[in-house]
Amino acid sequence: MLELLNIGKSFASQTALRSVNLSIAEGEFFSLLGPSGCGKTTLLRIIAGLENATEGKIILNSERVDQLSASQRPFNMVFQKYALFPHLTVEENIAYGLKLKKLSKDEIEGRVAEVLALVEMSEFRDRRPETLSGGQAQRIAIARALVNRPKVLLLDEPLSALDQKLREHMQRELRALQRKLKLTFIYVTHDQEEALVMSDRIGIMNKGELVQVSSPREIYENPESIFAAQFLGTTSLLQGELVEISQDLATIRLGDGTLVKAKCNIPSDQIRLGMSLDAYVRKAMVFNRLDTQVFGTQGQ
Amino acid sequence: MKSKVLAIPALVWFGFFVLAPLIIVIAVSFATQGTYGGLEWSVTFENYVRAFSTTYLGIFFESLKLALLTTISCGVLGTLMAWAMSTSSPQHRHLYVCAVALPFLTNLIIRIYALRLFVGYGGPLQGTLQFLGIPFDPFVLSQNKVLVFYGMVTTYLPFMVLPLYGAFEKFDFTWVEAAQDLGAGPWKILFSVILPNLKKALGSGALLVFIPSLGEYVIPDLLGGAKNMLYGNLITEEFLKSRHWPFGSALSVLLIVLLLTVAWIYSRRAAKHGS
Repeated sequence: MLELLNIGKSFASQTALRSVNLSIAEGEFFSLLGPSGCGKTTLLRIIAGLENATEGKIILNSERVDQLSASQRPFNMVFQKYALFPHLTVEENIAYGLKLKKLSKDEIEGRVAEVLALVEMSEFRDRRPETLSGGQAQRIAIARALVNRPKVLLLDEPLSALDQKLREHMQRELRALQRKLKLTFIYVTHDQEEALVMSDRIGIMNKGELVQVSSPREIYENPESIFAAQFLGTTSLLQGELVEISQDLATIRLGDGTLVKAKCNIPSDQIRLGMSLDAYVRKAMVFNRLDTQVFGTQGQ
Repeated sequence: MKSKVLAIPALVWFGFFVLAPLIIVIAVSFATQGTYGGLEWSVTFENYVRAFSTTYLGIFFESLKLALLTTISCGVLGTLMAWAMSTSSPQHRHLYVCAVALPFLTNLIIRIYALRLFVGYGGPLQGTLQFLGIPFDPFVLSQNKVLVFYGMVTTYLPFMVLPLYGAFEKFDFTWVEAAQDLGAGPWKILFSVILPNLKKALGSGALLVFIPSLGEYVIPDLLGGAKNMLYGNLITEEFLKSRHWPFGSALSVLLIVLLLTVAWIYSRRAAKHGS
C-alpha cells in the first residue's frame, strides 16, 4: 500500500499542492485527473522523487520512502514523451536500469526478452528509438520501466501524444497489462474518458487540491462539487433566477422563461428569492427525466 | 549538368588558392636553400630529415601539448557554458549567443594586443601589483606560457561553444530524469546519457579548435615571446627570418599531413556513427 500523508509543495510565492492525503492499494489502477496546472503531474513527480515535496510523507508498505532519491525508490516512471535514450538501441534502453543493478548478463538478457514479449515488441530489439512510431516508442518506454519490477508504476499522460484510435487501443492494452501483472499503477491524465474507462479509482484534482477520490461510477454519478461535475463533462449548466423554494426543492426561471424545479443543496440561511443560481443537469439522464440538482450560487 | 556548372567557380577558387599553393609548397620542400636565402631546385629529403631532429620535434610536441590542452579546456568550459546557455530563459539565451559571437567582431590581433597591454610593462595589472606592493618580475609577467594558453582558450572557445549549444538545444532533459528514475547517479548520468548525446558536437568543436591551435603563431608570438616558440612560429621564422623556404615548406607539409589525418579519422568515425 502506498500512502501519501499531507503532501504539500510550494514554490517561491505559489502553492502547487495543498495537503494531499491519499492511500492507494496494492494492485490498484489509480488515476489522477484534472485540468492542466492542477498539480497532478507535480504530485506524480513527487512520488517518483524527481521533485521534493515541501511537506508531508510518502509511505510504502509502512516504510518511508520520501527521503530516498529518485534512483533509490522502487518506483519507475513512464514519461509523457517517452524519454527513450536516442543513442541506445531498444534493447540497451530496456537494459539500462538492469545494468545499473549489476545483474548478470544472462539474467539481463532473459528479462529484456521477457518484457519485450510482454509488450509484443520482440522483433524491435535492435532498432533505434527514432525509427519507432509513437505507439511503439510508448510500448518500449513501458517495457523499460516494467523490466525493473517496480512496486508502483507511475505513468505521466503516457497516451497523450497518440492519435485517438491508437489511444483507445493502448488504453485497453494497458489495463489488461496492469490486471495481468497485478501491479499498482498511478496514472496521470487530463482526459476524463480515459480515466473513467481505465481506473479502479480516480482522484480529481483542482488548483493543487485533491477534491474527490472515488470509483469511476461514483464520480460519474455523484460528483461532489461543481468543479468535479463540470470537469467530467457529465452535466449541462442552466443559469437562472430563484423564484420559489419549498423545503429542498428550488424553482428557477431560466433566461427564456422556462421554469426548472431542482433539488437544492444550498444552506437555507443563504437563500433568498431573486438570487441568480446555477443548475446542473446530468446529460446522460436529461432525456429520461429531468433529474437536476442545484449546487451553489454564482455572482451575488 | 546544371549543378556541375554551378560548381565551377568554387573549383576554380579551390584550384588557384588551395591546390596550386599547396603544390608549390610541396615542391619547395624538396629544394635546397641558396647562399643568399634564395631557392635552388633539387630533390632532397634533407629538409624532412632535419624536421625530425630532436630540437624541432621538441617544438612540435610542445605545440601538440598546448593544442591538446587548449582543446580539452575549451571542451570542458564550452560544455559548461553551452549547458548554462541552453537552460537559461529565452531572452537571456539570445544575449548569451550574441556575447559568444561578439569577439568575432574584433580582429584577433587587436584582441591579443589588448591583452598584452593589460599585462604588459606599465599596464593596469602591473600598476595594480606595484600599488599593492606585491613583488613581481615585469618581463616574466608580460610574456609567459600561461598567457599563451589563456589567449588560445579565449580565442577558440566560441568554436567549441556554438556546436555544443546546438547539441544542448536538442538535448531533452527528461532523458536525465529517466536515467535518475532507472537508478543512475550523477556521474553515471554524465557519462551514459549526457556525453554520448554531445559526442558529435564535441567532435566537431574539437576539430575546429585543435586544427587552428596547432598551427597558431600570432598568439604565442605576442604573448609568449621568443622563449616559448611553437610550431607555427617556427614555420614563420624559417620563411621570414632564416629565409630557409625549403625547410619552412617541409615543416608546413608535415603539419598539413598531420591535420588532414586527424580530420580524415574524424570524418570516418562521424560517418560510421551517423549510419
